[in-house]
Amino acid sequence: MTFVICLRLRPWLPLLKSKNNFKIMGGFFKSSIGRKVAMALSAFFLMFFLLQHLVINMLSVISPDAFNEVSHFMGTNPLVQFALQPVLIFAVVFHFVMGFVLELKNKKANGVSYAKNNGGANSTWMSRNMIYSGLVVLAFIVLHFIDFWIPEINTKYIVGDMTGLHNGEFRYYHELVEKFHSPLRVGAYVISFILLGLHLAHGFTSAFQSMGATAGRKKNLQLIGKAYSIIVPLGFIIIALFHHLTHNH
Amino acid sequence: MNLTLKIWRQKDSNAKGQMVDYKVTDISEHMSFLEMMDVLNEQLVNSGEEPVAFDHDCREGICGMCSMYINGEAHGPDRGITTCQLHMRMFKDGDTITIEPFRAAAFPVIKDLVVDRTSFERIQQAGGYISVNTSGNTQDANSIPISKHAADEAMDAATCIGCGACVATCKNSSAMLFVGAKVSQYALLPQGQVEAADRVQNMVAQMDLEGFGNCTNTGACEVECPKGISLDNIARMNRELMKATIK
Amino acid sequence: MALDSRVPKGPIKDKWTDYKNKIDLVNPANKRHIDIIVVGTGLAGGSAAATLAELGYNVKAFAYQDSPRRAHSIAAQGGINAAKNYQGDGDSTYRLFYDTVKGGDYRSREANVYRLAEVSTNIIDQCVAQGVPFARDYGGLLDNRSFGGVLVSRTFYAKGQTGQQLLLGAYSAMNRQIARGKIEMFNRHEMLDVVKVDGKARGIIARNLITGEVERHSAHAVVVATGGYGNVYFLSTNAMGSNVTAAWKIHKKGAYFANPCYTQIHPTCIPRSGDYQSKLTLMSESLRNDGRIWVPKSLDDVKAIREGSKKPTDLSEDERDYYLERRYPAFGNLVPRDVASRAAKERCDAGYGVNATGEAVYLDFAAAIERYGKEQAKIQNISNASDAKIYELGQAIVEAKYGNLFQMYEKIVDQNPYKTPMMIYPAVHYTMGGVWVDYNLMTTVPGLYCIGEANFSDHGANRLGASALMQGLADGYFVLPYTIGDYLSDDIRTGKISTDTKEFEEAEKEVKAKIDFFVTNKGTKSVDYFHKKLGKVMWDKCGMSRNEKGLKEAMVEIKAIREEFWKEVSVPGSASEMNPELEKAGRVADFLELGELFAKDALTRNESCGGHFREESAEESGPQKGEAKRNDKDYAFVSAWEYKGEPADAVLHKEELEFKDIELKQRSYK
Repeated sequence: MTFVICLRLRPWLPLLKSKNNFKIMGGFFKSSIGRKVAMALSAFFLMFFLLQHLVINMLSVISPDAFNEVSHFMGTNPLVQFALQPVLIFAVVFHFVMGFVLELKNKKANGVSYAKNNGGANSTWMSRNMIYSGLVVLAFIVLHFIDFWIPEINTKYIVGDMTGLHNGEFRYYHELVEKFHSPLRVGAYVISFILLGLHLAHGFTSAFQSMGATAGRKKNLQLIGKAYSIIVPLGFIIIALFHHLTHNH
Repeated sequence: MNLTLKIWRQKDSNAKGQMVDYKVTDISEHMSFLEMMDVLNEQLVNSGEEPVAFDHDCREGICGMCSMYINGEAHGPDRGITTCQLHMRMFKDGDTITIEPFRAAAFPVIKDLVVDRTSFERIQQAGGYISVNTSGNTQDANSIPISKHAADEAMDAATCIGCGACVATCKNSSAMLFVGAKVSQYALLPQGQVEAADRVQNMVAQMDLEGFGNCTNTGACEVECPKGISLDNIARMNRELMKATIK
Repeated sequence: MALDSRVPKGPIKDKWTDYKNKIDLVNPANKRHIDIIVVGTGLAGGSAAATLAELGYNVKAFAYQDSPRRAHSIAAQGGINAAKNYQGDGDSTYRLFYDTVKGGDYRSREANVYRLAEVSTNIIDQCVAQGVPFARDYGGLLDNRSFGGVLVSRTFYAKGQTGQQLLLGAYSAMNRQIARGKIEMFNRHEMLDVVKVDGKARGIIARNLITGEVERHSAHAVVVATGGYGNVYFLSTNAMGSNVTAAWKIHKKGAYFANPCYTQIHPTCIPRSGDYQSKLTLMSESLRNDGRIWVPKSLDDVKAIREGSKKPTDLSEDERDYYLERRYPAFGNLVPRDVASRAAKERCDAGYGVNATGEAVYLDFAAAIERYGKEQAKIQNISNASDAKIYELGQAIVEAKYGNLFQMYEKIVDQNPYKTPMMIYPAVHYTMGGVWVDYNLMTTVPGLYCIGEANFSDHGANRLGASALMQGLADGYFVLPYTIGDYLSDDIRTGKISTDTKEFEEAEKEVKAKIDFFVTNKGTKSVDYFHKKLGKVMWDKCGMSRNEKGLKEAMVEIKAIREEFWKEVSVPGSASEMNPELEKAGRVADFLELGELFAKDALTRNESCGGHFREESAEESGPQKGEAKRNDKDYAFVSAWEYKGEPADAVLHKEELEFKDIELKQRSYK
């Protein structure tokens, strides 16, 4: 898959700095298709991020020590912190803002709505409701930020404690386990991940279609997309449930 | 069979429309959907009412004129056909059938079920052609061999009848299947290469100007398209546009 | 007025070239000052509009649909002929010319047909350059198929949608000119009259079908390309909106109408299923390449099939009558359309029709599926292939060739034509007759041109398959754009034509008066009521075979229907809005006049030729017994009718047909 991404990405690298060739509209990324491409590009980044996030979190199930090590590395490595993290934040914000902008534009293109519309006859629920699954994921991200990201930033950059230690031990694993005590939170996580799965079920192949990938690869792509949209959210759900069930006080 | 029809009635483009109920009786299952509409209209004319205006012409599924949204689907519940080829055997006695015009901001209603699709015309005028004079003084038709595969694929794209079912079906009222089909036809043929970059940019720009929505790849258009135009054409258009932009 | 066909002198091979060399031209700077109106945007009108605009004229194009792409040329399925001889099977310009004249039963104008055959090859070159995706073979070169009435393979095709692809080609050429501002396109407009100033055509009156507004449009010349009048029969393979109005209006303003009785009844259409039927659907003639036509030999089997106790597939080879192969061994299932249609009617009249209405014969693909299957098995080195495997392989080939037609059949009839033979019956399809034009394609009104199916010129009394597309594009791309210059070269100093003249005013008043009549008339019957009534008379008495008694009755009956129409027609709604019933009323009013002239023309022509079969004129003995008998001594002429008020009073003008390059023979396909 990475190979496919690279192959497809290569020709567009110069695109970011290319001069606008459009005669009527103001540039590639202002055109409808350009926006699709932008959505797809941010989606690719987010999907890659999700995958690595899952791998690291999985370590918490297998080996708390390894999880602590990697978390500390990610949390203190300047490249991750000051290069990748801003890109990630940008990608998240961009993907959501663009998603809303497109939704609004599309609503406007719709005109009068049908008295009777049988959308289920020709498309999947997921594909028609990306905005709703996306909103749930957005709500989740807010919760997730409050849970992890804000305390983390507070500890590291406001309090100024870059040691990653608490009572002489790495704090990461402990903090993770702590959060999964509440069944409410775990429930919210599980629901959010199901919605994320639905979002990905359409989003994965959709991103490739937007980037121009067609028939020859389509069957394999759909298979990979299905696998990805099930495995990744399921992995996160397993992690949440694992810690919730194994660390009952 | 006897049916109840819920039909969108709207006097003209400025008027406010509404759904109106009608009853038709003794409909044969061998009738086409439009013949059933003829029966209704004959009934209305005989009782001095204005018949329901709807677009139709060839009644064999190729002119692309007929354009009804029937029971929540463009061209009705059957696949691979236009409304004129839909037959009443798809319905049951006692059914209620909802009939609406194709909806999209870029397809304003003219009257009842008739919509204005000239936005499609302007997209075609923006670049849906190969700039060759019709003098007949071109080179011999067999001087450029074209692989059967490419010719067949171009033909598949070229079978689009411009009915607008893709737009009507799309939750975003996107015209990308229509535009993608035309872009693809020429992109697949050597004759179309010379203007390929300008063509795709101009057609996409015009499509955006007309107020069509964005494609979110739901694939509904492909399912409802009476000619089975493939989504691959949209992907090809995306590629063509990217190629054109970095050229 | 004497008819002058303006055919240039000289040997037939050189006429067109010499003529083009000597014709008056308009210089490019002057073309900008000349306006041309093109009514109708099918293959002929669309290609003419595009080419004239390319040349530099200002074109105003009119179509009653919402786009030029909807014109009924789009429905042509099978293909387009051209004398390319890519197959190396001995084709040539002369042979295409010969086949077309013979196929037309020697009732067309030689010089026009030769020109048509000459430019046919340019059409293919042109269309390929425009991006028309014609079918190709594995070497990447263009593929051909064969069509009825000829012995070579010269038909180019794009699946079963050749007309669509050619029309979209012409449409794309138009779009290019619309974008350049050289064509002003008037969609959803219907021409309701032509305006003559000092005897010349100088404009039209058109109704905007959205707003109902009646508009005046002026030009230095008017081109009518509005197709045929098959809908005079109510049921035909034409589009619902196809009409004779533009052609009929110009006829009433002085253009002679030629050979109205020459109608093509196409042999392979889906049979009628009931009284509600609104139109008939054609199955391409190309199906006769592989399909075999038959009815049962015994009437008992016919009865059993109609009752449903037997299926067609139950009948053995011996129990089937492949009547075309029996009667015409040389051409078999590929005889010309008129011959195939009459043969189907003959069998059905004799009681052998295979559906409930008794009006259907079988078109069977089982043999073709088996043949292709065996061929494929050999190609794929499958030895001892089972019957099922052979069937599967063969079906794939048939599907690749005719898939869309088979699908269409199945959707309409609800039977699978791969498994059971198709049922077909002849239906009105094309009209060879039309507005009389000279070699320049100009009517008897100066500055008024008529092209495509709307004119009469190239197909004589019967059109061969895949020739309509050829003629439409030839007229529009390669003939009219030259010949019209000859006329317009006198108009370079005329300047813009004003629409504020009494001629425009009068024409507009007349049009408005008729519209007002319709919307205010307190009638009791719908327009369709009259149209169906007319259609029945036409089909029964002016259909596949005609006789004196029937034609005389038809004239009386049509007149009576017309009189009732003007009293009893009811049109709801108003004139100042979109009003489809009003549109139909105007069209049916014209059909009701044309129908009578049609019958009169058929009555006058007491011979059988092509699509016109007079029962009084059939071979009485010999091997050709029962076949059509032409009478060259008395009827080798074009009947051009001049309007004189009532259709019955129309005056006949004869254009004698001379055959210098082809020997007149009885058309034998035995």
